[in-house]
Amino acid sequence: MDVVNGLLHGFSVALQPANLLWCFVGCFLGTVVGILPGLGPAATVAMLLPLTFNMDPAGGIIMLAGIYYGAKYGGSTTSILLNMPGESSSVVTCIDGYQMARRGRAGAALGIAAIASFVAGTVGVLALTLIAPPIAAFALSFSSPEYFALMSLGLALVVLLSGASLVKGLLSLLVGLWLTTMGTDLFTAQSRFTFGQSQLLGGIEFMIVAIGVFAIAEVLATVEGGVKSQVLPVPRGLRNLLPSWEELKACRFAFLNGSVVGFLVGVLPGAGSSIASFISYGIEKAVSKHPEKFGTGVPEGVAAPEGANNADTGGALVPLLTLGIPGGGTTAIMLSALILWGIRPGPLMMQETPDVFWGLVASMYIGNLVLLLLNLPLVPLFAQILRIPAYVLFPIILGISVVGAYSTSGSLFHIALLAGFGLLGYAMVKLEYPTAPLILGFVLGDAMERALRQSLMMSQGDLSTLVTRPLSASMLVMAALILLTPLLGRLNRWRVRAIAE
Amino acid sequence: MNKTAFRDGDVISGGLLAALGSYIVLEARAWTYSGPEGPGPGFFPIWYGILMIGLSLFMVISKLMTARGDKGDAYDWRAIGRSLSTWLAFALAVALLKPLGFLLSFALLTFFIVAIVFGRSLLTAAVTAVAVMAGFQITFPVALGVPLPVGLLGF
Repeated sequence: MDVVNGLLHGFSVALQPANLLWCFVGCFLGTVVGILPGLGPAATVAMLLPLTFNMDPAGGIIMLAGIYYGAKYGGSTTSILLNMPGESSSVVTCIDGYQMARRGRAGAALGIAAIASFVAGTVGVLALTLIAPPIAAFALSFSSPEYFALMSLGLALVVLLSGASLVKGLLSLLVGLWLTTMGTDLFTAQSRFTFGQSQLLGGIEFMIVAIGVFAIAEVLATVEGGVKSQVLPVPRGLRNLLPSWEELKACRFAFLNGSVVGFLVGVLPGAGSSIASFISYGIEKAVSKHPEKFGTGVPEGVAAPEGANNADTGGALVPLLTLGIPGGGTTAIMLSALILWGIRPGPLMMQETPDVFWGLVASMYIGNLVLLLLNLPLVPLFAQILRIPAYVLFPIILGISVVGAYSTSGSLFHIALLAGFGLLGYAMVKLEYPTAPLILGFVLGDAMERALRQSLMMSQGDLSTLVTRPLSASMLVMAALILLTPLLGRLNRWRVRAIAE
Repeated sequence: MNKTAFRDGDVISGGLLAALGSYIVLEARAWTYSGPEGPGPGFFPIWYGILMIGLSLFMVISKLMTARGDKGDAYDWRAIGRSLSTWLAFALAVALLKPLGFLLSFALLTFFIVAIVFGRSLLTAAVTAVAVMAGFQITFPVALGVPLPVGLLGF
């Protein structure tokens, strides 16, 4: 199936009434989640995933993706009105967005954020549409050594970009690998790290780890600081939300910059939309004729990071859908969802399950339009969500987490584990251990061990098979170079500064 | 923020991870490392266990070497106390799921969070607890058909 036919097929799936509804539900929930500080898309997707188990896979993944990119739209509202990012990826939008709002241009700032998100989000999906098929075709030649090397490269990138300390990133990854090894070894039926508990023979459910480390830990971290800020008023009426012609004209390059940077950074595992938005803001400021005005409320300072933040989604889905390698927490949960539905993301996905692959891609075009229509006229309504007291919100999040975990496992033992993983996630936040490597180690660890053992079985235990095949050798060399970055003082200082900012 | 405390955190977590790595290696040594059909179940854990020991010891030693004489800032233990008391209440609610069921144990958790953690009035806490649990009952078992954990009282 070529791209055009694939996309047409995708639209025939995405435009089915049920899938349109799921797309709308996902976008709506995503917007709400994006607006609420302290609740991210990863936590929401993790909490709601168990409720999608009985859904049609295409409808389920369309809804989960809607939450993922919808949260990015919603995050800007909180940044602009509250000077507090609804999502980590909306941090940069605070800088100029809040200043615009303070000068009485809240409506225009929200409008620019929505338009930039729509333009860049659509460009990101278009790039995904065009780039995914050739990458998948190329990946068809991969065998176990290449898959092992690819996963090593992806995990090395995640470790490099997810935190200032490479050692802590690696340790987080190793804990993820240990957790995924728990249970019965598929090759030999040997039980590993089960502590004599029969409930652990089947391993730990991914959802228990994800909900604990993301949702519970986020609640605990937010409870610590409390949410105390003044929400700026939102002008009513669509006309007051549309930016002026001059403001739109000033954002022309920012739309393009955000789209390109966001997509390219999104493709890199571990980089994430926060880094994309910082880079595009930096580029926008560097090429601006009036860089000194950045930080005082310029529309380009809103358009560039918001665009990058949204184009990143299309990029992040490229390695997930074509190689089966997630680049971050939310895509790791989406990978887990696809596997639970019996779908294996990778080079064969668009041939084996075209409904899911192309249906998802097509739904993202529709979803971006839905989000534009939702976010422009309904922003005053969504802003009211910011008035929900935290003391009401937190018990709801904790309750949904438990219901989600219980519906996955049906076991109180696993809910007790959930509480344990919540504490682990909180401790990691406090001690500055990045959580993304743990989640990706957990989700990829099993496949990575299998690929390594299969490679060594094929070569009768000869490790050189990993470095004698050109593709796997080059990926392993790249992974090693990435992990040696801290030894290159100047490059590492730049990396640490970029992450710290 | 106290840099010494941060380093203490790194040293303690590094020590715990070194212990975990040692446990992993010791356990994995009892399993087949390599057999006629290729690597066994002990192969992968031994390598990441060794890596875990090495990295965590490296972190501990490098922190201990750089921590001397630097007082730095302190953790906000009051704020951490709010989080930890919330977690303890959550853990207790989970432990009470079997005897009390979801609705009762989480109503108590909600009451605790509203009244103690956020310092609202007892009336606000009680109303919030009842309203939130009513919302759960209507949303999950009634509307979505998703069961909630049931206690000895049958709900």
